[in-house]
Amino acid sequence: MALAIAFYLLAAVTVGAGFGVVSSRNPVHSVLFLILSFFSAAGLFVTMGAEFLAMLLVVVYVGAVAVLFLFVVMMLDVDFAALRQGFARYMPLGGLVAGILAIEMIVVATAVATGGTPKADTPQVYGDVSNIEAIGRVLYTDYVYFFQAAGLVLLVAMIGAIVLTLRHKPGVRRQVIVDQVARTPKTGMRVVQIKPGQGIDQ
Amino acid sequence: MIGLTHYLAVAAILFTIGVFGIFVNRKNIIVILMSIELILLAVNINLVAFSVYLHDVVGQIYAMFVLTVAAAEAAVGLAILVTFFRNRGDISVDDVSMMKG
Repeated sequence: MALAIAFYLLAAVTVGAGFGVVSSRNPVHSVLFLILSFFSAAGLFVTMGAEFLAMLLVVVYVGAVAVLFLFVVMMLDVDFAALRQGFARYMPLGGLVAGILAIEMIVVATAVATGGTPKADTPQVYGDVSNIEAIGRVLYTDYVYFFQAAGLVLLVAMIGAIVLTLRHKPGVRRQVIVDQVARTPKTGMRVVQIKPGQGIDQ
Repeated sequence: MIGLTHYLAVAAILFTIGVFGIFVNRKNIIVILMSIELILLAVNINLVAFSVYLHDVVGQIYAMFVLTVAAAEAAVGLAILVTFFRNRGDISVDDVSMMKG
């Protein structure tokens, strides 16, 4: 009973916050709704017994992605009111398509879940191993190459983001390591004979 | 009793909200990126629900990979957006066709 209440509450908050993301006027509010939606979805994962994915969702989505969105929204000085024009114009068609799509997907999902899959009525109960241990046993053995491929994807994305946003300003003196290493006493030092009472020219 | 169908329905509604967001916010690329995140979240809910109710943990591992790709996509998308804003001064989607070579 408590599980049902938790599910309906979290599901309602997830869907409501998702609608807030796409319909709020201020993009900062959109990002905050997005964070709320991610948190509620993490709660849904907990009700299913997938605790590791729930914590991963909070750490990755709320901690990294949503904050990244917040940074960009606040950093870019954009007139967001101008970007909203056409909202009312696309509203009827978008609503129609979305409604049809939702009904279709729910019907198909219900059909598959009730008739197409074997024993889909009780959630998995992990006996002596926890959810995290069950994932770890599979992830680091059978799927270790996929795990490393995921790491590679993150590395490429990181390099790509840095390359895209890095900007060399002209007029900034930078450290040239080749010049420093190639420096010898002959190139770095100059012996000047100074006559008494005259000093040097420069 | 909360069954698999309930979770699938939530995921389906969230997915359509994401598609709807792309439709109605055609000019605002930041909200479009957030809608894509919502769609990927719906996909993750689907994967985890099937994984849990079919008693197979592999679905959760796949959900982890979807999460990874979503994070990478957000990072690269926002980097492109920042570069575009730096060059143009605004982020109107209609002007993005100037990026073609």
